[in-house]
Amino acid sequence: MKIFATYNIKGGVGKTTAAVNLAYLSAADGYRTLLWDLDPQGAASFLFRIKPRVKGGGKALIRGTKTLDDAIKGTDFDDLDLLPADFTYRNMDLLLDGNDKKPTRKIAQLLRPMAAEYDHVFLDCPPSISLVSENVMHAADVLLVPLIPTTLSVRTLDQLTEFVAGFNGHRPEVRAFFSMVDRRKKLHQEIIKDLQAERAGVAATPIPSLSLIERMSVERAPVTAFAPRSVAARAYRDLWSEVRPGQR
Amino acid sequence: MTTPGVREFVLEAPAEDDTRGLPAAALAALAGAFTVAPEHDGAGTHRRTWLDTFDWQLYRAGLTLQFEQARRGGRLLLAKADGTPQAEQPVTSWPRRPALDLPDGPVRDRISVLTRPRALLPIVKVVSTASVTRLLNADGKTVVRLIADHATVTAPMTVGATAAGITAEPPLRLAIAEVRGYPGQARKAASLLAAVPGVSAASQSEFIAALTALGRHPADYSSSVEAEITATMPATVAVARVLLRLLDTMELNVDGVLRDIDTEFLHDFRVAVRRTRSAIKLLGGVLPAELAGHYAAEFKWLGDVTTPIRDLDVHLLGFDAMTEQLVAASPADLEPLRAFLVRRRALEFRRLARALRGPRFRAITDDWRKALLEVRDTGGRKRRPTAGTLALATTGRAFRRIAALGGAITPDSPPESLHNLRKRAKELRYLLEFFAPLHDPVAYRKVVGDLKQLQDCLGEFQDSQVQREEIHALADAMLAERAAPAATLLAMGEIAAKLALSQAEARADFARRFARFAGPEGQQRVRTLLTGSGAGQ
Repeated sequence: MKIFATYNIKGGVGKTTAAVNLAYLSAADGYRTLLWDLDPQGAASFLFRIKPRVKGGGKALIRGTKTLDDAIKGTDFDDLDLLPADFTYRNMDLLLDGNDKKPTRKIAQLLRPMAAEYDHVFLDCPPSISLVSENVMHAADVLLVPLIPTTLSVRTLDQLTEFVAGFNGHRPEVRAFFSMVDRRKKLHQEIIKDLQAERAGVAATPIPSLSLIERMSVERAPVTAFAPRSVAARAYRDLWSEVRPGQR
Repeated sequence: MTTPGVREFVLEAPAEDDTRGLPAAALAALAGAFTVAPEHDGAGTHRRTWLDTFDWQLYRAGLTLQFEQARRGGRLLLAKADGTPQAEQPVTSWPRRPALDLPDGPVRDRISVLTRPRALLPIVKVVSTASVTRLLNADGKTVVRLIADHATVTAPMTVGATAAGITAEPPLRLAIAEVRGYPGQARKAASLLAAVPGVSAASQSEFIAALTALGRHPADYSSSVEAEITATMPATVAVARVLLRLLDTMELNVDGVLRDIDTEFLHDFRVAVRRTRSAIKLLGGVLPAELAGHYAAEFKWLGDVTTPIRDLDVHLLGFDAMTEQLVAASPADLEPLRAFLVRRRALEFRRLARALRGPRFRAITDDWRKALLEVRDTGGRKRRPTAGTLALATTGRAFRRIAALGGAITPDSPPESLHNLRKRAKELRYLLEFFAPLHDPVAYRKVVGDLKQLQDCLGEFQDSQVQREEIHALADAMLAERAAPAATLLAMGEIAAKLALSQAEARADFARRFARFAGPEGQQRVRTLLTGSGAGQ
C-alpha cells in the first residue's frame, strides 16, 4: 500500500482538487484506492456527494472504538472509496495528543490494517502546521505539495523539505508541483522555470488555473471524470503519470 | 475492497425492452424513493460455462466449477454451492473436447482427486449481458446499483431429453448491489422491489436456474438403480420399472461410450447390462416367458462385446499404481506394455463402436423398451405376487444360497468355488439394490456394508487371478508381435508375482469376511432387513 498526501501550510492552493483527481485517476488505473478527507471543511467529501459525517466523529476513529473500515463509503466510481470528513476533525490535534505515547504516528498506525484492501491511499490534509499534518507526513510515502508560483512559495517548500529531512526513520518523498498557474503571467513562468532547475522533486507538469476546475464544485465530481478530454483533465493525468509508483 | 452485499431477484414476466430490463412497475416503485438513472458504461458480454463430471462429482461434493471466457483463454473458478470462492486458475485455451485433466494449478489441485478418472464436461453455457441502473439519493450520489442480467442458456451436450445446442432464456435476474457504506439504502431498494408483483427473491443460483431453463436439474444422472417401486405394486410392474431404469442408464451412457469421453461411461453401461442380466435371471419368472429367454441371450452378447475393452481400461487405469509397486524392474521397462495396451484398445474400441452402432444393439434397446413399457402398463392385471413378496422370496433365497456355498469352502477348495460364490454375492447385491426402496434404510446399509466387504475380498481374489492370466496372455501376444523387450517381460513377471501375492492375501482373508457376513450376527442382520421392511407385506 502506497500512501500519498496532499499538503501545504496555506489554504486555497489546490490541495483538495489534486487529491480528488489523482485518487480518481489511480482508481481508473485499476488500483484499489481510498481517499481520506481529513479537512473538517469536507470539500473532498462534498465533491463526491458524500455527507461529511462519521458516526462517533474523529474521536471514535482515533480512539479505535470505530474502525476506519466501518466509516468508509463507496464513491460512484469503481475501485474508489472515501473516508469522509467530519466537523469534529477540527479538534483532531487534541484527540491525537490525548492518549498515545507516539502522537505523531497515530494516523500511520490507523492506516496499517487497510493495506490488505487498498493499493493506494490519498490523504487530503487541512492547511496548517499541526499535529495532524505532522501525523500525515509520518504516514505518507509521497508528500504532494501544490505550489502557487510566488517567491514565497519557494521558501515554503524549502522549509518543508528541511522539516521532513529531520525525521528519524521513515521520511516521505517530497514531490512539489505548480498549481493555479496562469500561463499569461510572466512571473509565473519565470518562477516555474527557475524552481524546476534549482530544486529536485519538482514535477514538470503544472496545473493551470482554469474555471473548469472550479466547476468541480458545481458538477460535484472530479474534472477528470466529467470532462476527461479537457485541458484540466489532461494536466492531472500528466501529473499522475509523473508521480504514480514506478515512474522515477 | 470488501465486496458489499448483493441481493438477487428474478422476474417472472419477460422484461420490457425499453426499460433496460426493469419492469415499469419496479421502476415506478423505486422512483418514489430514489432518482433512477441508467449507467452510461454498458458492460460487455459475459460468457460462462459450468463444468462437472457426467455423474456430478463436483456438485455432490458441494462445489461448482465455472469457466469464464475472456477474449483470449479465460479462467476457471471453483466455488462452494453457496458461491464462496475456493480456487481460481487462468487457462490459456480450453480444449474443445471434454477435458480428462486440467493444466496444473490450484483448481486442478483441489478437484482432481474428486473427478478422476472422469472427464470434465460442459454442463451448461450462459451468455449474458448486464444493464446497470443507478439509484441516487437527494445529493445525486449513487447509493445502490441495480444490475439486470439478460441471459441465454445453451446445452453444450445431449443428456437424455436435452439435446445439444438447444437454447432457453431463464427468468431475468435482477441484482441489487450495495454501495459500500449505504447498506440501509440497499435494504430499502430490496423491500420496494420485493413488493412489486411478478418480482420474487431469487431462490436458485445462476447455475441451477440455467439448468432448470434447459429442463434439467443437478445430479440428474446417477448409476444407481433407484427405480420407483412400492411393496404393494404387482411384481411384474416393479420388475419392468427396474429394467426400464437400467435401460435408461445404458442409453444415457451410449453417447459417452461412442465418443470415448472417459472410461466410466462404458463401466456404468456394463454395470447396467450386468444388472439387467441378473434381473432377467432372478426375477424374469414374472415376465412373459419368451421375453426373458430372448433377452437373456441378447444382453449376454452385449456384455461380451464390451468386455475386452473394459479389461484393457482396467489395466490402463491401474497402470501407474502398478509401476509404483515395482521393486526390481524400473517403471520405464513397462512402457512397451502400455503402448501395446493403448494400440489394442484402439482396435477393440473400433469393434465396440461398430457393435453399438449396429442393428442388433438398436433392436435390443428399441424392442426391449417397447416390451417393458407394455408389461409395465398392462402387468397390473395380475396383482399377485406383489413386489414385496417377490423381494422377500428372492433375497432370502439368494442369501441362503451364499451361506450354503460359502460355508462349504475350506482352505483346500479350488479357486472356482470362490469365483462361483462371487457371482452369487453379486446377484444378492443386485437384488438388494433393485428392491432398495422397499427396505428400511438403516438395516439395508448394514447388510450391504457386510456384503460389500465380502465382495471386495472375492473380487480381489478373482481379479488378481484374471489379471495374472491376462499378463501371461499379453506377454504371448507381445512376443508374437515382436513388441516385447526382455526387460518388459521381466517387469511383467514381477507384476504377475505381485498379483499372485494379492490373491493369496485375499484368500487368507476370506474366512473372516465370510463369517462376518454369514455368521449368526450377519444372519440376524439379514432377518431384520427382511422382516422389518416393507418387503414383508
